[in-house]
Amino acid sequence: MDLSSRRGLDFFIFCVFLSLFYGSRAEVPSKPTAGVTILPPIKPDSGPQPYPDDEKSNLPVFTMNYPRIQIPFEITLWMLLASFAKIGFHVYHKITVWVPESCLLVSIGLIVGAIMHSVHEKPPAVLSSNVFFLYMLPPIVLDSGYFMPTRPFFENVGTVLWFAVVGTLWNSIGIGMSLFAICQIEAFGVQDINLQENLLFATIVSAVDPVAVLSVFEDVNVNEQLYIVVFGECLFNDAVTVVLYSMFSFVAEMPVVEPVDVFLGVARFFVVGLGGMGFGVLFGFVAAFTTRFTSKVREIEPLFIFMYSYLAYLVAELFAISSIMAIVCCTLTMKYYVEENVSQRSCTTIRHVVKMLGAISETLIFFFLGVVTITTDHEWNWGYILFTLLFAFIWRGLGVLVLTQIINPFRTIPFNIKDQFGMAYGGLRGAISFALAFTLPDNITRKHLFVTATIVIILFTVFLQGISIRPLIEFINVRRTNRDNDTINVEIHSRLMEHTMAGIEDICGQWSHYYWKDKFMKFNNRILRKILLRDNRAESSIVALYKKLELQNALEILDTVSGDISAAPSLISLQEEKKNSTKPKKKFSASDLKNMHDILSKNMYKIRERTVAFTSKHALPNDNQRREILIRRHSSVRRSLRPGSFQTRMVPKSQKYFSLPPGESLNSRFPPTRRSFADDQETMSEVAYPARRSRFGKRSSSGAMMPLHRLDTLKEVSSVDVLNESERGSTGQDSQPRPQRFRRHLSAHDDNGSADNVRTAQDEVEEEEEDRPQASPSPAWAAEPRNDTPRNPLLRRPQWNDKK
Amino acid sequence: MGSRASTLLREEEIEEIKKETGFSHSQITRLYSRFTSLDKGENGALSREDFQRIPELAINPLGDRIINAFFPDGEDQVNFRGFMRTLAHFRPVEDNEKNKNVSNTEPLNSRTNKLHFAFQLYDLDRDDKISRDELLQVLRMMVGVNISDEQLGSIADRTIQEADANGDGCISFTEFMKVLEKVDVEQKMSIRFLH
Repeated sequence: MDLSSRRGLDFFIFCVFLSLFYGSRAEVPSKPTAGVTILPPIKPDSGPQPYPDDEKSNLPVFTMNYPRIQIPFEITLWMLLASFAKIGFHVYHKITVWVPESCLLVSIGLIVGAIMHSVHEKPPAVLSSNVFFLYMLPPIVLDSGYFMPTRPFFENVGTVLWFAVVGTLWNSIGIGMSLFAICQIEAFGVQDINLQENLLFATIVSAVDPVAVLSVFEDVNVNEQLYIVVFGECLFNDAVTVVLYSMFSFVAEMPVVEPVDVFLGVARFFVVGLGGMGFGVLFGFVAAFTTRFTSKVREIEPLFIFMYSYLAYLVAELFAISSIMAIVCCTLTMKYYVEENVSQRSCTTIRHVVKMLGAISETLIFFFLGVVTITTDHEWNWGYILFTLLFAFIWRGLGVLVLTQIINPFRTIPFNIKDQFGMAYGGLRGAISFALAFTLPDNITRKHLFVTATIVIILFTVFLQGISIRPLIEFINVRRTNRDNDTINVEIHSRLMEHTMAGIEDICGQWSHYYWKDKFMKFNNRILRKILLRDNRAESSIVALYKKLELQNALEILDTVSGDISAAPSLISLQEEKKNSTKPKKKFSASDLKNMHDILSKNMYKIRERTVAFTSKHALPNDNQRREILIRRHSSVRRSLRPGSFQTRMVPKSQKYFSLPPGESLNSRFPPTRRSFADDQETMSEVAYPARRSRFGKRSSSGAMMPLHRLDTLKEVSSVDVLNESERGSTGQDSQPRPQRFRRHLSAHDDNGSADNVRTAQDEVEEEEEDRPQASPSPAWAAEPRNDTPRNPLLRRPQWNDKK
Repeated sequence: MGSRASTLLREEEIEEIKKETGFSHSQITRLYSRFTSLDKGENGALSREDFQRIPELAINPLGDRIINAFFPDGEDQVNFRGFMRTLAHFRPVEDNEKNKNVSNTEPLNSRTNKLHFAFQLYDLDRDDKISRDELLQVLRMMVGVNISDEQLGSIADRTIQEADANGDGCISFTEFMKVLEKVDVEQKMSIRFLH
């Protein structure tokens, strides 16, 4: 299959090439277009007819009009070509393991560029100023900003800004100065480059590129701190780059630099940086506010996100302030509120489209990097270029070292040498540098040299560092503390302690020790949410996640992992297992131990901070772990619960996920009630959901709540009468006396007596159906509930006595 | 929230809690406002449901056990004193505290007490032993769905084997402490309470 698909691919690429050539030729209409008949659309009185031998003009049966569609056609073809290349890479999985995609794309671009060059075609001017900065770059930055893990980001924001601002400054000035020193040496023949031009060039070259870095880092398993710092640095050094670039290009034309210019430069930096952030945040809030009112126009909800982000970008460009920072701040601000306001589908759409646009932009950029490399005019100067490379390396390494030493005392998790190496080595340059080089004003004499040098650096870092960073990091990380020295006990108990601490922190309502974040969250809950959210139900992202889990993933999970995901079989077997402490002592070999360590380290749930760590660049965020935990806890808790008194009337409603007659929507049956919550983040956990549900009496449950129930059980359940509490209680599971007591107690004195009804009914059903095999429930409920009313009743404020 | 806190919590109470747990005045007030914000029923005590309403606990694999630890045996409500008493376990151990020992009892946040807290997360039936079953239950909670029962069983066996000094097939608290003697429990099980 591989071979034929490969051949098919090659053939296709070949065809695409051919059509490209046709297309390219049409760009230069002065050339004779052999073999292609192009009929102009309306030419009543023009020159020679294409069919000169036809005296009277008959109705042309077949016409072609290429120039009309030329531009969109070519764009589409290029995009397709780049995407095919991407597909092609993944046919051979082994390649992408060792060589990052960016390198592969650049290589293909080089090949295509070589082909185009050999037939003397000019490539489309993609990487030149406007097209790049206005069309290619925003999607990538949007992608990066949207999927930026916010919690680690805000924890590290000081470090990020420190590296972005000071680091870039350090690099630019350092490289510029050293290059200027080199220029003084006659041997290299570059004496005509003055200091300003050197500094300008250094600015271009020192900008670490988010596109390149992320595409490389995604496969390398770096720790979260490192990732977020490099990630953030890439995004935020744009402010500095913009300022320095404009400052130096302005100054490059002036013969003399005055101190007042430097001072103005600093002032400009603040304008650029803070202005970018300010615009971004402003647009973010406006976008969030807009989505508050979009409940009736769900189809175009995603549009607002894109338009506002793009608008932020463009407005920033208008004022020549840092547009990347604007768009990043816009998405950061907007994401939290928007994802709560928009419907489930819109949320998915937004994520998908953002990822898609980002991926295609990135692909195209790398691709064209390769193409344009071949087709531009180069000027080569051994000395200058090699020294540029050298200095870029040295200064980056030095910069990282020095800056880390300064900032480490302020960090809660200081960077060690390995991290520093990762940061220094991971400073890849990419297309931004390239585009900046292209947009250098033409009055700089050595523009071509600069362009060439930039390309060399980019290619060098992307290829060499990109390919080698992964083995290097793995090599370094191998020298961790030898985990086999830790006993299994220590590993398990440490993880237990970590989970406990995370739980206690959550109970105390502290977010990672940060005082300001705490304050901000209070402000957020009190003021911002009221304004920006349609339903001001103080929900956290976890609840939002749970919402999504239930509505979409429950059935999916049921279908795929019907038996596995619940702890049911194993817990049951556990409880029925006799306590046998008389097992003979097993001997565990070293390899067994190692296996155990591996199993534990791979499979133990990470504590919550790390669960939402950075996502792979090319994949949507993975909520699997949370999903698993929620669902499993749900079923296991239910299993361990002993039912109290309950009314079965409630049961069908709670299980109506499966029992709704087709065509009915959840909301038609059970109009949700709502109550505004004045306070902060408390919402239901899934265990409480049954309680809440029954309080309202009409909440829909979700499949996630009962992953194990078969459809037909519901019919039986609906006919069950009120069960006796004591009866239930006595048949409770013996190995968990505490939860038993707890539940009975709770049901006994719970003022929301019906709270337990549902729970117990579920348990009852569960008991009955425990041994039967589970079938995936047919979606009697198929459609997503209508989105006008708040979807997830589980997240309604629970107040039984409230108005219904 | 803040104003409510100061009116409902009397100074004497704060002093008592301070003596018992070692928290500072501002920490106690802050935690009190957290307590009241969790206490939806406004009856001065938290029930298990109040805890379960905290969304982050929902995705904590040990959420239920942690919540359980707040409730003394058999009860379903915990008042503010009890709440603080449990939280006091997690206060960082300060050096100067190791010397002054006002009462003869160990401070709540001593290493032993911290370990005891962790121990009780395993030991549900409070028989001061972690049996194989109890261990398996906790393991199952902490581990993903891909591990088979046999694998988990052998991990549990190995755990008990490593720790069990007296060969009774269970881990007692002393054995538990011994096994973790090299671990920096004081640092792992402390959080910096905000003011």
